[in-house]
Amino acid sequence: MVQMLCRLRRKLSRMNLTSDSWQAIQLTIELAALTTVLLLILSTPLAWWLSQTHSAWRAPIQALVTLPLVLPPSVLGFYLLVVMGPQGPLGQFTHAMGWGVLSFTFTGLLIGSILFSLPFAVQPLQHAFEAMGPRPMEVAATLRASPLDAFFSVALPLAKPGMVTAAILSFAHTVGEFGVVLMIGGNIPGQTRVVSTEIYGHVEAMEYTQAHLLAAGMLAFSFVVLMVLALLNRRQRQVL
Amino acid sequence: MIDLQVKLSRAAFQMDVNVQLPAQGISAIFGVSGSGKTSLLRVVAGLETNQEGRIQVGAHIWQDTQQKICLPTWQRPLGYVFQESSLLPHLDVQQNLNFGLKRALKSSGGTQFNAAKSLKVSIELLGIEALLQRMPDQLSGGERQRVAIARAIAMQPQLLLMDEPLASLDAARRQEIFPWLARLRDELKMPMLYVTHSAEELTRLADHLVVLDNGKVKAQGPVSAMLTQVVAPVVVGEDAGTLITGHIGAVDVKWHLSRVDFAGGCVWMRDAGLSVGKAVRIRILARDVSLATSEPQNTSIQNQVQGSIQSMTPDAHPSQVMVVLKCGAEQVLSRVTKRAVDELGLQVGMPVWAQVKSVALVA
Repeated sequence: MVQMLCRLRRKLSRMNLTSDSWQAIQLTIELAALTTVLLLILSTPLAWWLSQTHSAWRAPIQALVTLPLVLPPSVLGFYLLVVMGPQGPLGQFTHAMGWGVLSFTFTGLLIGSILFSLPFAVQPLQHAFEAMGPRPMEVAATLRASPLDAFFSVALPLAKPGMVTAAILSFAHTVGEFGVVLMIGGNIPGQTRVVSTEIYGHVEAMEYTQAHLLAAGMLAFSFVVLMVLALLNRRQRQVL
Repeated sequence: MIDLQVKLSRAAFQMDVNVQLPAQGISAIFGVSGSGKTSLLRVVAGLETNQEGRIQVGAHIWQDTQQKICLPTWQRPLGYVFQESSLLPHLDVQQNLNFGLKRALKSSGGTQFNAAKSLKVSIELLGIEALLQRMPDQLSGGERQRVAIARAIAMQPQLLLMDEPLASLDAARRQEIFPWLARLRDELKMPMLYVTHSAEELTRLADHLVVLDNGKVKAQGPVSAMLTQVVAPVVVGEDAGTLITGHIGAVDVKWHLSRVDFAGGCVWMRDAGLSVGKAVRIRILARDVSLATSEPQNTSIQNQVQGSIQSMTPDAHPSQVMVVLKCGAEQVLSRVTKRAVDELGLQVGMPVWAQVKSVALVA
């Protein structure tokens, strides 16, 4: 028994994460957190518009927002690379503004992540707004609340469960992205190397123990996130 | 004066309404489902767009398509009680009440508006003191509607709109809310538009009646006159009847009865514990009144009122006739068969005895 424990400890100490791995984990969390915050700010008005409008633009915009869900990440990454590269329209703009070129930088990666996770933020929010129905906003109007006032005092609080789901999914999905990162981020340690690409690197270098450690961590993290989401959903149903 | 001129095109019907309603009391908008009652109310509130016409409440124009005026809902000083529960689910009762009050206060600029007093009065009027800390999902259906009504009147609206506020409740809950609504009518000066398809609600609550049919006004006027008019019996169907205002003339303690005296006669009804002299409103349904050409003898029916036949109209069913009797200053409706009219030889102007089988106290 004692022998077994000692062996386990030795094994664990051998499995210590390298500083590179720690850096990748830190970068991943930073990227995911920033992406989530920016996505929520961006998606809330977009989801509201999609849930309320009767405009002819609704269908094409909805399709555009959903696109990252079905496109291979390499396609999205490729076009982002083209747009953000020195010859691309965005690339020329950022160059002209003196910001340099965004491809292979953290900012470029952030833009890619936001686009890539957009449907994961918009859809739960849009569903929450649609499930609310028109009545709460009508009630608010009969209680003298202007549309903007009613949006903040009624629609947003009622869509809180959708917002929590959107945040969790955006965060988890950003942590789990690989293709887009590889395409537009390259794999620069401390700048664009995140956990998923770090694992790829370890496997390439035949460092299976390190790969295992990170991969298992990702697996546990994803499982916990999805379980929390399921628990939250169940509690919501009970409340309703 | 409330001026409503509404033109609206719907797939199901064309709405074309032009009515002037009194600036006080409850105006009932009555009609079968699909007649456009709710649409009319929503147009008044601005929740639906009036395509052509004007809406004026007192001195304030809420909409006038000719002058291109159209206030959005949140700028119209109204109160709206929806058919089903409309409490904001993320706020407790107190916060629901404050939601409207706070904003009404801001938009009125604080002029002659005592928010604290207004809140207190509406909480007392609807008896919801004990519910203030509860969330909407912890309330019964009747309690929710009472809170919704309190929330609306706390804002001191210039017009209170109620869309079948009792329709989502069962009979027992409805009876629970009636007294509160009657109190509102008697104690508040604000005019109300009350949408309903229930004859009971309109006879118990309304002062003025607008009958809607397929988007058009079929009849309108004071409710007491309307119910005896010939158009109304067909519309109100089985519940056709008369509303009579009188007072308690005597109480028979031994037999638990009290006598209601009115201009034209008197009737006995079950003692409701009211004292002599108290003003009452009673309803006599046409189907509960039978006719006799001589004073009835040896009958179990206690109430006999003498009068003369004012008019006879065919009723909805070909076997029936609606007879309007003149009893002093009041009118009484009687629904009898055509055969009875023929056998008794009833004619307009003939003196008859009306036997009243039952009388309901409505207020």
